[in-house]
Amino acid sequence: MLVDLLPIALLGGLLGLDVVSFPQAMISRPLVAATLSGALFGDPALGLLCGAVLELIALETLPFGASRYPEWGSAAVVGGAIFVEGGGDEAGTLTMAVLAALLTAWVGSWTMVQLRKQNARWARAWREPIAAGARGSVIKLQLYGLTADLLRGALLTAISYAIFSPLARAALRSWSVEPRLSRAVVVGIAAMVASAAVWKIFHSTPGARWLFLSGLTVGLLLLGVVS
Amino acid sequence: MTPVAPLPTRRAGPLPMRTRASMLLRLLAIQGSWNYEILLGNGIGFCVEPALRLLPEGIHSDRFKRALARQSQYFNAHPYLAGIAVGALARAELDGESPERIERFRTALAGPLGSVGDRLVWAGWLPFCSLVALVALGMGTGPMGTVVLFLALYNLGHLALRIWGLETGWLHGLRVASALANPVLRRGPTELARAAAFAAGVALPLALSRVIGPGRIFIGAVLVAVVIGAIFVVRLEGRLQGWRLAAALLALFAIFSVALR
Repeated sequence: MLVDLLPIALLGGLLGLDVVSFPQAMISRPLVAATLSGALFGDPALGLLCGAVLELIALETLPFGASRYPEWGSAAVVGGAIFVEGGGDEAGTLTMAVLAALLTAWVGSWTMVQLRKQNARWARAWREPIAAGARGSVIKLQLYGLTADLLRGALLTAISYAIFSPLARAALRSWSVEPRLSRAVVVGIAAMVASAAVWKIFHSTPGARWLFLSGLTVGLLLLGVVS
Repeated sequence: MTPVAPLPTRRAGPLPMRTRASMLLRLLAIQGSWNYEILLGNGIGFCVEPALRLLPEGIHSDRFKRALARQSQYFNAHPYLAGIAVGALARAELDGESPERIERFRTALAGPLGSVGDRLVWAGWLPFCSLVALVALGMGTGPMGTVVLFLALYNLGHLALRIWGLETGWLHGLRVASALANPVLRRGPTELARAAAFAAGVALPLALSRVIGPGRIFIGAVLVAVVIGAIFVVRLEGRLQGWRLAAALLALFAIFSVALR
């Protein structure tokens, strides 16, 4: 069982590390993380769909400075895995995958705060050598922080997946709402959060409201073409 | 350490390629030990350290140790723009600027580097790239194409900003404040906000359709529900974050779907 968790834990650890510590190349964004997780479980296309829904929600929580925000890297790995495991098209799979990802992101946010506190404890412990300009202590503090973050993401992913995967399977056995309506509810809620986020970020920018409406018109026209 | 001796001011030469590469790589890990007490402080010391090795006195000298200790104190900046500070501070130390001047510079630079970076990257470039990728997804692009598009586009800006920051900081030293008047930093956030607003309009219906599947009337009904829901979330005015509300609604929906059977 523990060995089975190793690949997903490793992926969650690496992507969790990207959120703040290294290299912040946004491989931790849900769109990427859930797709990679989907690929790990055999279906990147399904992972991408789950990632798109999470990405809409993640638009609201941008990583400003010292603020507390959800940790999407590990969370999207868990969500993508559960969505692919459930077969994607099954009723309720997307709901359970996104819900598991959101709860993981919530806990992930707390673990990031704990990591920052731990980093502060290490910084305090090595204050004297660092104040004396000890090169080894400066580098050691940085490496301790990076390693702890990697372990944090890996543990969070493994524990979260171990809890939510069987829970999702159990819920899906009793799911009653039809697949299409289930998906519509999830993506509708995600789009609602995204629309509100877009409004909050851009409403004070001159012309942004009209550009949004113009974009919406183009999007609806393209929708006609695409479908 | 012995008392500080006044240092002769002399201009440092160009930064060797190996040092530059090392600093750039370390910049990617600048937030590795981020904490609530010294924030980015240790990360700045960690990134400046390869340049300090160029001090003629060597890494075991008092000058090296004093410089590293100075640079590892409290500092705050946006991680992508911290390269400006790292380059400028490395230059100042190698030029033999006085510790007092370096301290004043660190204090003055921290605020602007944080706020400019937040507006340009977190509130501009990141949502813009994310929305462009969602448009691509809605247009039928596959997983590989969508992910590569997002990562390539985003990191083009990300890496360019980090490299430009380090180069500019090193070039201007303590006079780098003028670089913050760069048009990209001044007008970029507004222009990106406009572009992202447009991309958001295009992305929302396309992404909805891609996840739900075809059916104009059904998608139209979902879009109307989305607009009403978004107005509700905006009117909450931060009393409840949207993503927490989403988690609560989904949990209720899951309970309802399971209990109904």
